Amino acid sequence: MELVLSIAIGVMTACGVWLILRPRTYQVIVGLSLLSYAVNLFIFGVGGVKSNLPPILQDGVDPGTLTDPVPQALVLTAIVIGFATTALFLVVMLASRGLTGNDHVDGRNDPK
Amino acid sequence: MTVGVTFESYLLLILLALPFIGSLLSGLILNTTSRDLPVFVAGAVTLLVLGLTIFAYASVGTGSVLRFDAEWLPQLGLNFTLRMDGLAWIFCMLVSAIGFLVVLYARYYMGEDDPIPRFFSFLLAFMGAMLGIIISGNIILLSIFWELTSIFSFLLISYWHRNPTARDGARMALTITGIGGFCLLVGMLLLGNVVGSYDLDKVLASGDVIRSHALYLPTLIFILLGALTKSAQFPFHFWLPNAMAAPTPVSAFLHSATMVKAGVFLLVRLWPALSGTYEWFFLVGLMGMLTLLLGAYFAMFQRDLKGLLAYSTISHLGLITTLLSLGSPLATVAAIFHMLNHATFKASLFMAAGIIDHETGTRDMQRLSGLFRFLPFTATLAMVASAAMAGVPLLNGFLSKEMFFAEAVETHADSILDTILPYVATLAGAFSVTYSLRFIHTVFFGPAPVDLPKAKPHEPPRWMRFPVEFLVVACLVVGIVPSISIGPFLHVAAESVLGADMPEYSLALWHGFSLPLAMSLVAMIGGTILYILLRGYFSRCEDGPPLFRRLRGQRIFERVLVTVSWRWARMAESRMGTRNLQPQLRWVVATGFMAGLLPLVLSGFEVRPLAFSGIDPAFAIVWLLGTAMALGAAFSAKYHRLAALVMLGGVGLMVCITFVWLSAPDLAITQLLVEIVTTVLILLGLRWLPKRNADSPDAITLRGRFRRFRDLVLAIGCGVGMSFISFAVMTMPVPDAIATYFLDNAYAQGGGRNVVNVILVDFRGFDTLGEIAVLGVVALTVYALLRRFRPAADSIDMPEQQRIQNSFDEERPERSLGDTVRDYLLVPSVIMQWMFPVVLTLSVYLFMRGHDMPGGGFSAGLTLSIAFLLQYLAGGTRWAEDRIRILPLRWMGLGLLTAAATGMGSWLLGYPFLTSHSRYLDLPLIGKVPAATALLFDLGVFSLVVGSTVLIMVALAHQSIRINRLRAIDAARAEES
Repeated sequence: MELVLSIAIGVMTACGVWLILRPRTYQVIVGLSLLSYAVNLFIFGVGGVKSNLPPILQDGVDPGTLTDPVPQALVLTAIVIGFATTALFLVVMLASRGLTGNDHVDGRNDPK
Repeated sequence: MTVGVTFESYLLLILLALPFIGSLLSGLILNTTSRDLPVFVAGAVTLLVLGLTIFAYASVGTGSVLRFDAEWLPQLGLNFTLRMDGLAWIFCMLVSAIGFLVVLYARYYMGEDDPIPRFFSFLLAFMGAMLGIIISGNIILLSIFWELTSIFSFLLISYWHRNPTARDGARMALTITGIGGFCLLVGMLLLGNVVGSYDLDKVLASGDVIRSHALYLPTLIFILLGALTKSAQFPFHFWLPNAMAAPTPVSAFLHSATMVKAGVFLLVRLWPALSGTYEWFFLVGLMGMLTLLLGAYFAMFQRDLKGLLAYSTISHLGLITTLLSLGSPLATVAAIFHMLNHATFKASLFMAAGIIDHETGTRDMQRLSGLFRFLPFTATLAMVASAAMAGVPLLNGFLSKEMFFAEAVETHADSILDTILPYVATLAGAFSVTYSLRFIHTVFFGPAPVDLPKAKPHEPPRWMRFPVEFLVVACLVVGIVPSISIGPFLHVAAESVLGADMPEYSLALWHGFSLPLAMSLVAMIGGTILYILLRGYFSRCEDGPPLFRRLRGQRIFERVLVTVSWRWARMAESRMGTRNLQPQLRWVVATGFMAGLLPLVLSGFEVRPLAFSGIDPAFAIVWLLGTAMALGAAFSAKYHRLAALVMLGGVGLMVCITFVWLSAPDLAITQLLVEIVTTVLILLGLRWLPKRNADSPDAITLRGRFRRFRDLVLAIGCGVGMSFISFAVMTMPVPDAIATYFLDNAYAQGGGRNVVNVILVDFRGFDTLGEIAVLGVVALTVYALLRRFRPAADSIDMPEQQRIQNSFDEERPERSLGDTVRDYLLVPSVIMQWMFPVVLTLSVYLFMRGHDMPGGGFSAGLTLSIAFLLQYLAGGTRWAEDRIRILPLRWMGLGLLTAAATGMGSWLLGYPFLTSHSRYLDLPLIGKVPAATALLFDLGVFSLVVGSTVLIMVALAHQSIRINRLRAIDAARAEES
């Protein structure tokens, strides 16, 4: 499990980093989304990898064995904030596209 | 000394508050056309302060200390302490009395076009800050008022802000005194650290501790930097002559009588705590003597009247500093006495210079001449004041100068400084006689002036002259009968500083033939001879002192400023800055990578046996797909945006599956819903991006190839690094941190079984409140940005797909235009419309179970917004808005208010913000329902999430309606042309 998850995190990070270094705004937005997946999974993974033990209290189950709820709460927040920043970036990207007439991250079409 | 905590203590608070209140009042009537109203306010305030100060003498005069204490930051040992002893009292008198005279003088001095209320507002605020320095009983508080005086001095010097000299002078004064103030703060912090308290009384009582402490020297240097910059001591003196661009009342008040005295006042104030060491004598004495001599020397060669007075002020401040350096009680008495005397004669001289400037239009001494015949009264006053400045007997300046000479010949510390002091003192005395003579002789005597800017100078109005008269009379009275007029007050002031060390002294005019008297005589005669010798030179010389003309502090200061703030900044910007995003991001990523790598390199990487829980083949397949899609998205994001979006969504689903798999149902639900909303959002945005065709890719240069290669290496490096780190972290045993607390207490304290939800809405509710506020702000920003959105020219045309559909309709006579578009995806859209109530119910269900089972406000809110979204998708924007009116802004406002009000509700019951209460309610039919107040908070979250998401969506969706309008405008334009 851990091996698969960490490789997945690595691949998503690599794809994300590659994309945010590209010159087109759309690539950057896709890259940021991939990066946020990777980061969310990483934070989530810090709490340990357990199956079938969600942090929901039930009678007869020892709370100590359940999955760590703290990273989950953090990631839940991160997902929502990630959504907000994606939306904001999307709109900034559109506004910049409308103003400059192109979709380069610096608002210019000619390569330097 | 006794400390009185009585009603009189509030007097101090009122005393301090009055000028600030007056300043605000004056600021409020900023637009008044009346010239008298602001003067009235300022005059009343200064008079009240003066009255209160006089009233305070009743207790201060008996040697007791008035004190006012209020807690400010008791945890840091900071209290808002005000205290008034004899020294503070006499300075309060000085500030308020001269303040009142300056207000009166300014009434006549300020021109018709000058904004009077602003002037008095600043002046009063300055006065408040100055009083603050004087009566602060806490050394940190003192530093704050210290900075305030710098700021108001800046504002007052730049009062005529259209004048570039005024702006430059103001900036210079602020830079120098501001840096000094910062040093002072550092010094005060050190001092407080050494003493263990910031309370002034404690500091003053621990002189021995301070002097023997290892930090004594740095403390002393920092405090001296503060004091010497403020009092314009060499080598920081050059700001003062440049500050003469200020209106003359400001020069009289700030730059002769009060603010520049703050530095020496501080030295007197801290005299019991800091003085008496060799370092003190050497540092303070060296600076003081240099300033005394150089200031007097420079003053002789100024052409500007105010310049002469400014350098003379510098020199006199140097005299006071020198006196304080000696460390003898008698010298300190002399220093206090000279501060008062100097303030009196210098303020009157500045006012006289202002009158001359006002009447003739110039301050250039090579143009002014023979004014006695026009201004006999002012001339007489100025002559008396100048005589006081020169130290002529029967005037106050003479007395304190005699005391200075007497102290100068005493031996205090065995060093070269001490040996040369009498000679320096006499020489500086001679110089002061020379410049005083020059001031009087060139301006008032000689032939009548020719071509003055104002042709007919005449005596100023009665009340403009009054302040000068008053001060000159004070000079005379103090000079003739010192022991009656100033004696008792000086005694009280000196005693509050010196305490038991109070020396015997007599303030008599005549001490018999003594060495100081001889020195005075030498100085007088020498100064007069010097003037006669230099007279010819003065009348035609260029500005500035010989020998030192090239060495100008101002120029050095400017050069340093230009180098630091312009040349270096430019260099840094051009070498290290970029306006392009890619290099910036590259640096961020590379720095992040290095930050991750460095600890591993430095502390070594321990290889441990792998302890992981095996590989589930199904899970491996999930991520085989996931990584393939991530790579695919990265690969196709440039030319195939839709494909990239689909694959991105696919990766999101895999993340969602992972959450389900690894015991995080809440995350899975939220991730799924966010995925849906994000995908729709980006879909809406795709339409406005330019076409890019993979068949004709952009030409790639060699540099571009290199850049790609570099990025690829960086990306792979980061990826591999993250893999390693995550693997390492995940295979480590989870430390027993705060998780146990939350798991154990979620039900007992939060009243919920879903621990994640309880953390969000209860334990960490404040974070969540912040988070939803961010979400709201983002939504509003998106909305605002899109209101002004104008698409690029090449996206205004109808999309190709719509054109094909429309042409299909046009070709067939049985179809009308738009039928195809309407019928497009008809069946799914009917289903979507029917789904509305189902999704709505799901949303409510998710919300209600949230506290105990996976769900909660976030997911419920997203679900509800998806319900709305589906209606937009199914029927189009117009159709949807004809049927449902969503008011996203209200949802948002209501949500934020509900959440905040829930939090504040706990205040009513005396609990901290966001304390929640929980209980189960037994409802008929539904059964047991959790009814924690956290549920109400969650309702706020829910409402805000709905509002924000819908606002963003609708704002984007509306662009396709606005585009029709744009098209219509374009069409109309095309027809016109």
